[in-house]
Amino acid sequence: MKKDIIIAGVGGQGILTISAILDMAALQSGYNVKQSEVHGMSQRGGAVQSHVRISDRPVYSDLIPKGKADIILSVEPMELLRYLPYLHPEGYLVTDINPFKNIANYPDEKLVQAEIAKFNHHRMIDARGLAKKAGNFRAANIVMVGAISDLLPFEEGLLKKVIADLFKRKGERIVQMNLDAFDLGKKAVIENMTV
Amino acid sequence: MQKILLGNEAIAQGAIDAGLSGAYGYPGTPSTEIIEYILKSKEAKQGDVKAHWATNEKVAMEEALGMSYAGKRAIVTMKHVGLNVAADAFINMAISGINGGLVVVVADDPSQHSSQNEQDSRFYGKFAMLPIFEPSNQQEAYDMMTDAFALSEKMQLPVLFRSVTRLSHSRANVTTSEKVAQNNLQILSDTKRFALIPSFAKKQYRNLIDKQKALADLAESSKWNRYHEGTNTSLGIIASGIAINYLYENFEGKVPFDVLKVSHYPLPKEKVRKMFDRVDKILVLEDGYPFIEEMISDYLGREQKVTGRLTGAIPRTGELNPNIVAVALGLEEHIAEEMPAIVAGRPPQLCPGCGHIDLYEELNELIPEIGEKRVFSDIDCYSLGVLEPYNSIDTLIDMGASIPMAKGAADAGLQPAIAVIGDSTFTHSGMTGLLSAVWDNSPVTVIISDNSAVAMTGAQPSAAMGRLYDIAKGLGVDENHIKIIIPLKKYHDKNVEIIRNEVNYPGVSLIIAQRPCVTMSNEKKDLARKFNTFEPSY
Repeated sequence: MKKDIIIAGVGGQGILTISAILDMAALQSGYNVKQSEVHGMSQRGGAVQSHVRISDRPVYSDLIPKGKADIILSVEPMELLRYLPYLHPEGYLVTDINPFKNIANYPDEKLVQAEIAKFNHHRMIDARGLAKKAGNFRAANIVMVGAISDLLPFEEGLLKKVIADLFKRKGERIVQMNLDAFDLGKKAVIENMTV
Repeated sequence: MQKILLGNEAIAQGAIDAGLSGAYGYPGTPSTEIIEYILKSKEAKQGDVKAHWATNEKVAMEEALGMSYAGKRAIVTMKHVGLNVAADAFINMAISGINGGLVVVVADDPSQHSSQNEQDSRFYGKFAMLPIFEPSNQQEAYDMMTDAFALSEKMQLPVLFRSVTRLSHSRANVTTSEKVAQNNLQILSDTKRFALIPSFAKKQYRNLIDKQKALADLAESSKWNRYHEGTNTSLGIIASGIAINYLYENFEGKVPFDVLKVSHYPLPKEKVRKMFDRVDKILVLEDGYPFIEEMISDYLGREQKVTGRLTGAIPRTGELNPNIVAVALGLEEHIAEEMPAIVAGRPPQLCPGCGHIDLYEELNELIPEIGEKRVFSDIDCYSLGVLEPYNSIDTLIDMGASIPMAKGAADAGLQPAIAVIGDSTFTHSGMTGLLSAVWDNSPVTVIISDNSAVAMTGAQPSAAMGRLYDIAKGLGVDENHIKIIIPLKKYHDKNVEIIRNEVNYPGVSLIIAQRPCVTMSNEKKDLARKFNTFEPSY
């Protein structure tokens, strides 16, 4: 078993939280993990990514080689495209469709979606909308975890336990909202509610 | 026990478990999380481990040396350019030697993700004639710390512990081990070697040179340097630090060639010699400068047995990755897709609502009348003012350079000259520059963009908090020309007027633009406001 996952987005969008959930689930499943992330200057509204590598064998490189990612998960559609060189020919592209426009030259949204739609294995999800439905648009990153949950080497119960543990400090209501966000992301994929 | 730890956290936990008594540092990407982890660690608190953000890297190193002098184990942490600031202490404590174990942790930044350069700290280690540890993964980062302290005490020398961005900022499973007890306070009966007047220092320098043979022998037999004999001797690979991972990645752990893994310096000469004797060609994989490659290459390039960054087998700049190593090994590079042309760059930027933005809008209004290309700046978030849409500052060289550069330019006739510096950068190394300008009554205006934090690295506390006015006054800036403004839209016109007046004053003037960093919690902002008791100059 080996899963190489790139998580992409803009500094401040909760990339590290997604990574932390995958790390904890992997540790509790007895897998080896390497997970490289971005700290420092780019965290200030710049493009950020995390390489998550999970395997039952030793993981050597902290970085995923180009052409080897099983999943590219993005919380922003243009940021998904930035990491296409890492995609394995059989890999999945999964993204929130809501753009984060903090630059003047952001491309036409329709062109961005058309680029993503070129790939058979793509899932475009209104994660922000679903997160709002769950209670807070900030949970869009957790919706995205739900949207790849069937591709991960973990039982759903374990992922939910990790999410609950992660938000426990913030109280029962926040835990439930994040679990709902996870379910909505999962449901969107099952019901093919992708955009 | 197994945990998932960031490389920096593995270093920190390794130090705590190795009997650490004191940790000192100055924030800087990619090193910051080491001290942050120790500051938050319950174990460290229970063990009464001192953890402290010093005012700069040199101060941090000297504080660590003081802890070592008193017999206890200490680490000092910084980013690679921080070692430039601390170099005086670093080189000279190699001469004096240490007492309690002292490990200097420096995180280099190949590819310059968050830095002005990609200088390789191993050169400093060699320059100071000290042993260097360079872990290849998070587990080694943890495990090596115990060895580093033991080696430091055995040889009575500091040990340089080199990390790189990709190790410092990557998480992995780490198995922790038993904790070593801290040393007791222990003062040496003879402390003369810490007093480096020439007569003592010459003896100490000789001692350091005499230790080189033992240091080389220890590295030669070190378990961190391993030689693997391959079945194919057409090629041998020397891989230092994390570079070994990219090699293993390409062969799924089973490399057919001879491999020398280097994680402990001085470079193990016998092992390198063995490789020269066994293989036809040598490829050197190292993250950073071609440090090993240059050492073992034939200077005139006649033999051409060694390849790497100097020969073009590996790009001369930038960090390694599995793909670069694949190409150097002549393996197939897997790339599925190109990045579509519509993808736009997304550079970092100042946060919405940041006080630096308001300051730059005020400054920009004045530039047409002041003149262009005369705003000298410094290092932290406000450095982003060099980019669109602000274009407000013109220079960024090293911590604290803004004020002396403004003074020098003013001396040359570029008047008025303006320096923009942050609060923490000012107390890091701006104060001496200000004193120099005051001493010479130079026509410079210093603007301290004070957000009460070391913001870029995660809003660590700033030693400057609540002290800037008194420092400026104490350094001799005329009180009539120390102004406090609040960079908010509603004060825009007033602030422009104050800056205009001070820029036109033909001596040293200083403006504190004071507003807590927007990324800080309300609790921290309130604390900053409590400290910032001086009234704005309206």
